[in-house]
Amino acid sequence: MNFVRTIVAAGLVAASTSAFAADITGAGATFPFPLYSKWADAYKKETGNGLNYQSIGSGAGIKQIVAKTVTFGASDMPLKPEQLDKEGMIQWPQAMGALVPVVNLEGIKPGELVFSGELLGDIYLGKIKKWDDPAIAKLNPKVKLPSEAITVVRRSDGSGTTFIWTDYLSKTNAEWKAKAGSGTAVEWPTGVGAKGNEGVAGNVSQTKNSIGYVEYAYAKQNKLTYGAVINKAGKTVQPTIGAFQAAAANADWAGAKNYFVILTDQPGEASWPITGATFILMHREPADKAASAEAIKFFKWAFEKGDKMAEELDYIPMPDSVVKMIEKTWSSDIKS
Amino acid sequence: MAVESDVMEAAGPYDRARALGAFKFGDVTFYWITRACAISVLLILGGIILSLIIGAWPAIREYGAAFLWTQRWAPSADPPVLGALGPVYGTLVTSVIAMMIAIPVGLGIAVFLTEICPLWLRRPIGLAIELLAGIPSIIYGMWGFFVLGPFLANNFQPFMISVFDGVPVLGTIFAGPPSYLSLFNASLILAIMVLPFITAISVDVFKTVPPVLKEAAYGVGCTTWEVVRNVVIPYTRVGVIGGIMLALGRALGETMAVTFIIGNSFKIQSSIFAPGTTISAAIASEFAESDGLHQSGLILLGLLLFVLTFFVLAAARLMLMRLEQKAGN
Amino acid sequence: MNPIYVSRRRNNVIVKYLCLGAALFGVTWLALILFTLFFNGLAGINFAVFTQDTPPPGSTDGGLRNAIIGSIIMTMIGVGIGAPLGLFAGTYLAEYGKHDKLTSVIRFINDILLSAPSIIIGLFIYGAIVVPMGGFSAFAGCLALAVIVIPVVVRTTEDMLGLVPNPLREAASALGMPRSLVIRRIAYRAARAGLITGVLLATARVAGETAPLLFTALSNQFFSLDLTKTMANLPVTINNFVQSPYAYWKQLAWAGALLITLTVLALNIGARILGAERISK
Repeated sequence: MNFVRTIVAAGLVAASTSAFAADITGAGATFPFPLYSKWADAYKKETGNGLNYQSIGSGAGIKQIVAKTVTFGASDMPLKPEQLDKEGMIQWPQAMGALVPVVNLEGIKPGELVFSGELLGDIYLGKIKKWDDPAIAKLNPKVKLPSEAITVVRRSDGSGTTFIWTDYLSKTNAEWKAKAGSGTAVEWPTGVGAKGNEGVAGNVSQTKNSIGYVEYAYAKQNKLTYGAVINKAGKTVQPTIGAFQAAAANADWAGAKNYFVILTDQPGEASWPITGATFILMHREPADKAASAEAIKFFKWAFEKGDKMAEELDYIPMPDSVVKMIEKTWSSDIKS
Repeated sequence: MAVESDVMEAAGPYDRARALGAFKFGDVTFYWITRACAISVLLILGGIILSLIIGAWPAIREYGAAFLWTQRWAPSADPPVLGALGPVYGTLVTSVIAMMIAIPVGLGIAVFLTEICPLWLRRPIGLAIELLAGIPSIIYGMWGFFVLGPFLANNFQPFMISVFDGVPVLGTIFAGPPSYLSLFNASLILAIMVLPFITAISVDVFKTVPPVLKEAAYGVGCTTWEVVRNVVIPYTRVGVIGGIMLALGRALGETMAVTFIIGNSFKIQSSIFAPGTTISAAIASEFAESDGLHQSGLILLGLLLFVLTFFVLAAARLMLMRLEQKAGN
Repeated sequence: MNPIYVSRRRNNVIVKYLCLGAALFGVTWLALILFTLFFNGLAGINFAVFTQDTPPPGSTDGGLRNAIIGSIIMTMIGVGIGAPLGLFAGTYLAEYGKHDKLTSVIRFINDILLSAPSIIIGLFIYGAIVVPMGGFSAFAGCLALAVIVIPVVVRTTEDMLGLVPNPLREAASALGMPRSLVIRRIAYRAARAGLITGVLLATARVAGETAPLLFTALSNQFFSLDLTKTMANLPVTINNFVQSPYAYWKQLAWAGALLITLTVLALNIGARILGAERISK
């Protein structure tokens, strides 16, 4: 029992030293969780203020902020302006991420295989069943494709990653839009469901002749063979930070009310088409003004000092022009 | 405890009455406390059923009984279309395959432990099997995902697929492509997880066989196998089945291990090497990102699972109770 | 030799080897799982695991302190709520209501709760506590664990009190001891080892539970002792870390898995040793 008593005592001491700092609470999307937790850790070291972010999913995050049980909510899908007005909330994009298609094919190098949204849609619909299908061969005339069945790998759990992927497929493949649509969990016509990005990455790397989609960080960390994608401008682009940022820069943030922009399939010759932003939601008239001001301070700090950390984790920081707009929104729209 | 002081105070006649009163009060209080706690067990069950029904109500109203035989699971459709057939099928198939593996092995171990094993080895082997039941289910999940899954996908599955290729029926059950997220892999993990339950209960009920019966059989020259088959198993049949049902109840509801390796596909496919899903895996992987009807539908799945396990476990208990009565007589 | 005799002998030998094979099959799994855990987990166990909190992604230092302490706290509170309740309920079943109709109903229901899927318990607490309270909390996690503890303790308490010989009770009653004191001072004392065994087994059962915590206590990146907020705990932390792309998180997950398995197995073995003592007495 002494052992337990010591541990509890040690815990109490630790808690009493940190209990004075104002903790900001937020809840929502799982997609930006690694980034927010990295920022929170650095922010705590710098200012002593902690940020408790619960990655419980976009839907649950929206519910929590509407119910005002948290200071901010986070969602991978922007809310429609009408809905924001109804709840008295504002939203802004805090960071961006990109997805890449990954394959496991013998003799194929990263970036060698080229896809289009329509082609990916047909593969995920189960219409294209073999790698040497003429539709794939047409886009990849120089690549030697095996006559093997395609194993389609996708997420089994609901997630913002799936939302970005299915939203892209819906925009580029009419049949996909009609049959599966876009959402954090959809009715998959085919495929093996794996848990989390890690599950998809692991399954693709283990299963020959498979295809999957993961956040860029997972493809990089697991050294998976990613594919290039043809964007809206008809150009073939490789997944690079530059291409991801081009997608964000070409998006019409200024013209969109409440930053309601879904970043997939953006115009621009250099834009990577499977890019998504993750949004923060806050009340215009927060119940706890002090906590709300603290949260804004954190996000301001993140825009100023968090870019490098974001890039380290393969997220994409918001362009400066957008950050300026967001800061204006803060000062005009949130009552402190 | 307060007893010492009570006893000491009980010196004079007046104090004696007071002490007796205190005794009585303590007695009655204790009785009611224990009774209240016992009844709280019922309240918990009531609470579980009530909260599941309340949570599932929107889905029940929306889908009605069709929920049971709809295969489509489209939470992002507007309005969402949800059906339980896929998860229910996966739950039943994985449990049945798991039992097909675990029953012979579990009984074999029980026979080994009670009839064949040298005495000094009984405790260590028995303990090892029981410890299998102690390993947390998330550990089974990790192990299945990182070790067992890749092994099966690269070795066992291709072998089975090539052996049964072209054979009618079996050829479609063992169809490719191999995957380390599949119904079969989940079943194998489940089998390992429920093995100790079958073994433990079988060992317990085998011990209820009166030694006289076994000795008589050995006396007329029966072999060990004949004693087991003709004396032990018939005598304990009800209890063994009870143990199997108990293990089945476990298999039906197991969550974390299955979630890791089943591949969460709501589509029903004929091959057991194809991905599938179970009720508990569907809840564990989708609940966090669900809301509205989707969440309600998941809770309705939970209610179905609870009803399913309730009946299986109830049957198991009734059978075990019958054996206990028999042993009591 | 008589052919029937030969085939009987042969069948017997075959079955014996099959049974031996089954036993080896079972023991092999335990060995394989433990080997994997030690192989992957041992490298990650160091002093920092116990003294530092869970790191942000991409870091190469940090430990599991908040998760370990969170798990200890939630398990202790869960058992602290569940064990006394289960103990009293089991007492009622064994001592007062032995032949009641109510008792047989409660015993039956308890046995079903004993094997109820733990994810259902998670859904129950989500609906009954998390939704009305407006958020995830460590307290909700504790309650979920308590609900799992109760039936285990009820069952063992009833069984163990049933093993206390009746003459003990009768002797005490004959001396004028009230019923409640007979139970508390005679029966409990005689069954003490067994009762502790039950509580240990219940602790072992909940210490590694993940599913009921997923929608209740959730997890927390930082150290927290506030029961009204989310709290870090080992199983959920392992679940999150092992599926990440970050090598250090994975290493921590395996270290945590090794720790939790060893703890649970130690509790199990402890309970069994205690239980064996009771029998040999």
